[in-house]
This record gives sequence, C-alpha cells and structure tokens, in this order.
Amino acid sequence: MTDLEALCKDLGPRVLGVLVRRGADFASAEDAVQEALLEAHLSWDAQPPDAPFAWLVTTAWRKHLDAVRSGAARRRREVADHLEPAPGPVTGADETLLLLFLACHPALSTSSAVALTLRAVGGLTTRQIARAHLVPEATMAQRISRAKRTIAREGLVEPGSLDSVLRVLYLIYNEGHTGEVDLAEEAIRLTRQLAAASSEPEVSGLLALMLLHHARRSARWGPSGELVPLDEQDRSRWDTALVAEGVQILQDALARDRLGEFQAQAAIAALHADARSTAETDWTQVLEWYDELLRLHPSPVVALNRAVALGEVDGPLAGLRAVAEVPESVPRHAAVRAHLHERAGDLGEAQRLYAVASRAAASAAERDHLTRLAARLHARLRQP
Amino acid sequence: MAKYLLLKHYRGGPPRRPQGDIPMDQWAPQEVTDHIAFMDHVADTLRERGEFVDAQALSPSGTFVRYGGAGSPPVTDGPFVETKDLIAGWMAIDVDSVERAHEVAAFLSSAPGPGGVPLEEWIEVRPFLTSLPEVTG
Repeated sequence: MTDLEALCKDLGPRVLGVLVRRGADFASAEDAVQEALLEAHLSWDAQPPDAPFAWLVTTAWRKHLDAVRSGAARRRREVADHLEPAPGPVTGADETLLLLFLACHPALSTSSAVALTLRAVGGLTTRQIARAHLVPEATMAQRISRAKRTIAREGLVEPGSLDSVLRVLYLIYNEGHTGEVDLAEEAIRLTRQLAAASSEPEVSGLLALMLLHHARRSARWGPSGELVPLDEQDRSRWDTALVAEGVQILQDALARDRLGEFQAQAAIAALHADARSTAETDWTQVLEWYDELLRLHPSPVVALNRAVALGEVDGPLAGLRAVAEVPESVPRHAAVRAHLHERAGDLGEAQRLYAVASRAAASAAERDHLTRLAARLHARLRQP
Repeated sequence: MAKYLLLKHYRGGPPRRPQGDIPMDQWAPQEVTDHIAFMDHVADTLRERGEFVDAQALSPSGTFVRYGGAGSPPVTDGPFVETKDLIAGWMAIDVDSVERAHEVAAFLSSAPGPGGVPLEEWIEVRPFLTSLPEVTG
C-alpha cells in the first residue's frame, strides 16, 4: 500500500461518517466519498494538502451536494433545507463511531453487518472483502448494497447497541486471515478506535482479548500450516509486547468494576499468556473465571471449556463427569472427551474419540490436527 | 480451456485398492503429515500452472432436505451413516484437454498413504457443461 492509499483508507470512513452525521443518506454519502478519494488520487500527486481530512470532507460534501442538487432538479424536489453542515469543528472521530454503530445495527443480518462494517468503517474495497470471505465480488457488492438499503428503508439514524457492535467486531477478528487483507488486524484496528472513544469496560475487554490471542498467533501454526494446540506451542514465539499491552488494558478495564463476558474471556487468555507451560498455568484461577463466565453468560460452549479447566484442577475424571452434563451436539464435544480420556490413561477410548472428533471438525486444520492425534495414539497403542 | 470437477469420495465408486481401506486415523502420524503436504503440493502446482479454480473439503455428515409445501418448514431426512456414496471434497480445474484433466486426477490419486505407498484412490472426473460459443459453425 502506498502512503496515499493508506491515508485514504484511514480518512475515507471518517469522511463518510461526517457526511452521514450531516444528514446525507448512507449510499449517496459513500458515492460522494469515493468521488472525493478519486479526485484526491488525481490531484494530490505525491504531496497531499496540509489538511487532507478537511480537504476530503469539503470535496466529498461538495460532490454530495452536486449529486443531490442534480437529483433534486430532476425530481423537482426541494432538499436544500437540511443540507447545511452542522456547526462546530470537524474531527471525524465521533462520526466514525456513529458509522460503526449503524453498520452493526441489530436490524442487519450478521453477515451484512460484517461486510458493511469492513466497507464503510474499515475502508476496505468490496474486492478485498469478497476475497477475504472467498465469495465472488458481485456477491459481496450485493450483500453490501442490500445492507445499505436496509438502513435506508428502516430509516436507521439512531445507533444500535454496543453489544451488537462488539459481537460483530469479534466475529471479524475470528475470520482471521484468508485473503490479502488480514481481517484480524482490521478488527483490532477498529476495536482500538472504539476503545479510544469509549469508557465501556467491555470494549477494553474485547480489545484485550483480541490482543492476547493475537500475541499467540504465529505460534499457532506449524511450518507446513498445521494447527499447533496451546499446550504444544513454542511460547518463546508469543509476542510479549502484545501480551503486556493486552494485560494492561484488561487490568484497567477490571478496575472499573463492571465485569462482562469479554473481560472474563480476556482474563482467561491472560492467565494462559502468563504461564511458561501448560503445567505452570494457574488452572485454579482459570476455573474460577470460567465459573464467572458461566454466571455472566451461561452457554454449553463455556460449560465444555470449563470442563477442560476442571480436568486440570480436579483431574480428568472430574472433567469427564462435567462433560457428561454438556449436550453432545456442542462443537468439540468429542475432542474434549478424547483429551480427558488420554489424560486419564484410557488411550484406546481417546483414540476412538479423536477419530470421531476429526469427522465432526468444522475446519480442515482442526480435522487434520485431530486425525494426527488419533494416529499418534494408534501408533502408541500398537507398540509392544 | 475447459473446466472439470475432480471429486474425491469417502465411499462409492469402483472397488478400492487395499491401501485405501485403512482409515487415516490409523496411519503413522508422519504418514498423515506427508499425505496432507502432498495434497497442498498438488494445489500449489496447479496454481503455478494457472489451472487451479477451487478446492474444498466437505464434512462427512450432512442432511437431506426437500420442500415441505406452502407454509410448512423444509422436510429433512438423515444424516445417514451408511450411504452408498459419500463425497469427501472436490477440486475444480480449468485445463486444455480431458487428457490433462485425467493427468491431474491421477496426480491427486498418487497421494501417499500408509508406508508412503500411493493411495491410488479413485477420483471422479466430471466436465462442467459449457456455455454456448458465440460462433458455432
């Protein structure tokens, strides 16, 4: 990416936010911003103006007014009244947040919210978003324009809930890296922006959770792209700067004394990040945080993860008893049972369950990993 | 250029070679790793040659679904443990000739199995129907 492209990616969504805040509808505001960015590419040459953001706002607003006026002339409609810019300094920060809350509005489907957030707030191109999701560009263009139409049709001007914003950002983070664009990094960037403008501890909790997971990312994959589980990761490859930052953000959030789901998950991630090995992990504290998490957000997925922690604290048989309480339809159920049986020394049952788990895996990387675990136990069982 | 779908089956097709009967979870761990690395190598080779279109693996269990009538939810059946034919995944390629498509299928089928011996799995090769050419004469 050139400096100019990077600048435009950063400024585009903020400019869009200003236009929407001033009353422009979403779709035409975006057209105007695209035109302004195009003009910037043509006229800035190597040297952007001293105040590129203000330049873009002025230009985009002019483009928008031009479009509205020509449209209005055609439709003989008077629209000038509400088009006067609101007074006050233009920063773009609040406007970007408004955009984020609109793009993540609960009235939108999740996939639409993800796409629109990346497009309108993240400033990615439709092509980049399409590639990252492995769908044709035309499909993604349609998804985005349907989302915009929903916003226009429902007349959404009030932000949706913070809860849905956090959920969309977390989803984007978990989509990871499949195309030229790193969605995990993108999610972190957007969450940083949100955290800078918000004092909600859950926003910090989510940011901390992302950073703590991100710190481990390069250790999560082996040389030929295979999944490396937490207990086998080379911990010297964890990014200690990201861990330190995540822990700091989490501590500040916890100090505000309004616990939430993301803070609890981040606390668990921090305990893992803090340990030099699985054996040295403070599993008692991990278990306490899972209890907390179950209280805040009861779900069978959390209950299953809690069983793993319980297995470390009270032994694998206690873990297995806890798993028996969790419905078998929960993803990774067989994998967790296999792991606990292996720790309990029942290698035959563990081998069988790893094979079952591999057939139920939701991703190829997980399937291959579980197949390898089954193969490893099979080899051990065959040794005299 | 013509597009072909190369289908890999968990079950179905002509009788398997004996080395194809051992489930992968009973191979040596290194054999599993080598097999996966080979499959990646095939895809990379096709990408380099400009022949690769898509590759996807499918979960072994699915559900049969049909229209349930106006105002009714879809009717579902399954999943079935013992279907005669079960597709494991596919690779779509865009190549010059059917001979080349067969060559690619054979390349995939040479993936190493237990003991490093080629698995010789059957790969089903299905041509995509093309669109009508502008000039037909």
